[in-house]
Amino acid sequence: MVKSTSKDAQDLFRSLHSAYSATPTNLKIIDMYVVFAVFTALIQVAYMALVGSFPFNSFLSGVLSCVGTAVLAVCLRIQVNKENKEFKCKTIVTNLGGIVAMFVIAV
Amino acid sequence: MMAGGLARFVVLILAAAICGAASVFQPISDSHRSAALDVFVPVDGSYKSLEEAYEALKTLEILGIDKKSDLSSATCENVVKVLASPSSSTLKDVFYALSVNGILKCKSGEDVPKDIVSKLQTGVKDAKLLLDFYYSVRGLVLVKEQFSGTDISLGDAETVFRSIKALSQSDGRWRYSSNNPESSTFAAGLAFETLAGVISLAPSEIDNSLIQTLKTSITKLFDSIQKYDDGTFYFDESEGPISTTASVIRGLKSFAASESTGLNLPGDKIVGLAKFFLGVGIPGDAKDFFNQIDALACLEDNRFSVPLILSLPSTVISLTKKEPLKVKVSTVFGSKAPALSVKLAQALSSGSKGSSVINNQELKFDAESATYFLESFPKNFDVGKYTFVFEILVDESANEKVYITEAQTKVPISATGAITIENAEIAVLDSDVGSVESQKKLDLTKDEAVSLSANHLQKLRLSLQLTTPLGHVFKPHQAFLKLKHESQVEHIFLVKTSGKKSELVLDFLGLVEKLYYLSGKYEIQLTIGDASMENSLLSNIGHIELDLPERPEKAARPPLQPTDPYSRYVPKAEISHIFRVPEKLPAKQLSLVFLGLIVLPFIGFLIGLTRLGVNIKSFPSSVGAATSALLFHGGIGAVLLLYVLFWVKLDLFTTLKALSLLGVFLLFVGHRTLSHLAAASNKLKSA
Repeated sequence: MVKSTSKDAQDLFRSLHSAYSATPTNLKIIDMYVVFAVFTALIQVAYMALVGSFPFNSFLSGVLSCVGTAVLAVCLRIQVNKENKEFKCKTIVTNLGGIVAMFVIAV
Repeated sequence: MMAGGLARFVVLILAAAICGAASVFQPISDSHRSAALDVFVPVDGSYKSLEEAYEALKTLEILGIDKKSDLSSATCENVVKVLASPSSSTLKDVFYALSVNGILKCKSGEDVPKDIVSKLQTGVKDAKLLLDFYYSVRGLVLVKEQFSGTDISLGDAETVFRSIKALSQSDGRWRYSSNNPESSTFAAGLAFETLAGVISLAPSEIDNSLIQTLKTSITKLFDSIQKYDDGTFYFDESEGPISTTASVIRGLKSFAASESTGLNLPGDKIVGLAKFFLGVGIPGDAKDFFNQIDALACLEDNRFSVPLILSLPSTVISLTKKEPLKVKVSTVFGSKAPALSVKLAQALSSGSKGSSVINNQELKFDAESATYFLESFPKNFDVGKYTFVFEILVDESANEKVYITEAQTKVPISATGAITIENAEIAVLDSDVGSVESQKKLDLTKDEAVSLSANHLQKLRLSLQLTTPLGHVFKPHQAFLKLKHESQVEHIFLVKTSGKKSELVLDFLGLVEKLYYLSGKYEIQLTIGDASMENSLLSNIGHIELDLPERPEKAARPPLQPTDPYSRYVPKAEISHIFRVPEKLPAKQLSLVFLGLIVLPFIGFLIGLTRLGVNIKSFPSSVGAATSALLFHGGIGAVLLLYVLFWVKLDLFTTLKALSLLGVFLLFVGHRTLSHLAAASNKLKSA
């Protein structure tokens, strides 16, 4: 039983990996950016856990800016993804340039 | 005697400063002479400059102090050196050398030093500045006085007069040079002296109209005179009131002496100027001292009007001693005044407004001491403070000089006398009923040992009657009753005067808390004092045993009486401030480690990008587009740098300003870059 579950897990992992590599490069860049932002936030949380939240403003600003930029990047990804037909963005602009412009302004 | 005179003089000056309209001015006296010796005699026997030497020697000469033998040798050397070679010295040095020579007479005689004369005459011809005119013209006047040989005169006196007059201004002041628009009253004084010198050196009469214009500017200058409340007049300028006023007075004296027609100056202002200089007191500064004495000497001996000063040796009349009130009238240096009559016009009491106790009383003259005195005072002259108003009438007939005095001199006088104290008694009363429990009569002239006792329900009453020699009720300035406990705690109460008597009632019921609930033996002390009272007293009346209730919990404790009465003046305890404890910060190294850790995800991001094979192929290669693209990326980098600076150093407003500038820049550049990219992609699409 254990062996099968581990094998299942490995199979699952491999299938996910292969599916992921099929995604276009643009989306991978955005994914990496999101991962980078989240990691930065996590390190700040770990620091705060270690030394206490004395300048609480600094902690909040650091974490929330990272989280915010991650969220905006995720939105961008959704809107840019060509496979995402049902989520036809109800934004004002539909072309790629407009979407990127909106992302930049939001950031 | 001198110290006493000096102290009295200082006190009088203070009194003159405090009481506005009424004040006493004393003429120059021996205290001035002894101070002059301190100020003007140099320690090492020689003066720093000829100007200082002249000022010192002139002052000593005016005051009549003969110290010439000590000082003359070194100073004369200096003077002779300058006069022997005038071409190598400045006009100022030659002028002061001649001035000192006039006092010390180092070099005199029949033969006129031709080189000095020629230097001075060249100086007059070439002079452009007021000071050059002053030194050269006055120098020539001094040469004419000291060397009786020749007759020196100014060839073109009228031209010189006009060129000096050209520096004058319409408000009576003078400029120092034609370039500098600054004018000063001090310069006006110098100009008057110079013009007087020109008039006296002129070979023939100068045009009268010029002299009239000079008189007009003198009158204009007097319009700018300033005044203090006590009736003194002065001129003020940046050099200081004493120097400026002295310079003007010197100029006026020289001018009045040089020309034949009279100079009319307002008399009250002359007296005011004299009072100003007398009111200075004894200056500590050598220059102020010289200016004061020189100006007073000019006022004493001049051709327009000589001021006379009324002074009193003592402003206190003692009714018990019955001495006459003495008044002196003299010139500013204390010299004898001409025949005149002094009248006491009014004696206004400070209490009753307007009505005068004495009216138009003529004072008698004592020729030996040269004082006027008032022997007897009327019957209704009581103790207290008065303002005496004196009027002086000068006997015009036999005088060659014109004397001028104040219209009315107001002098504050204090009359003292012995106050009688009657019916002094102290009593203990029962509060409600007011009946007397114990009463003792007091004789306040000697200390007594009255012994009373009271409890907190009773009252203590002290009453007495104070009357002046004329029988009026007297209200003393100070009347205190002091109760002092065995533990040195003291309380002071005021004895109030009303109606016919002075009385104090202490109600112990209300005072229990003030007395800190301390029962026991209290010493009683009475103090009565006043400026008009010759027999002020401080007497220990006796003791009173006070029985007060117990102190409740919340009542104030008596303050700790220090053993040393001066210990209240020692420094107080140091205050240690408590500050908020600063927050505990983590160790520095830990923070630095985490700083490094934060950078790691960014590096990971970049590595991932390169692994993915991200390309920058769309980066334009043509020159125009490349520059705008580079500028765009550079601009974004600059914005990020600005964020870092904002975090580290800058404040919000400078950051926002810089950000707005960068933003506008980025807008243009970015638009260009994107338009290039759009054109490139369009080309691709169409191709």
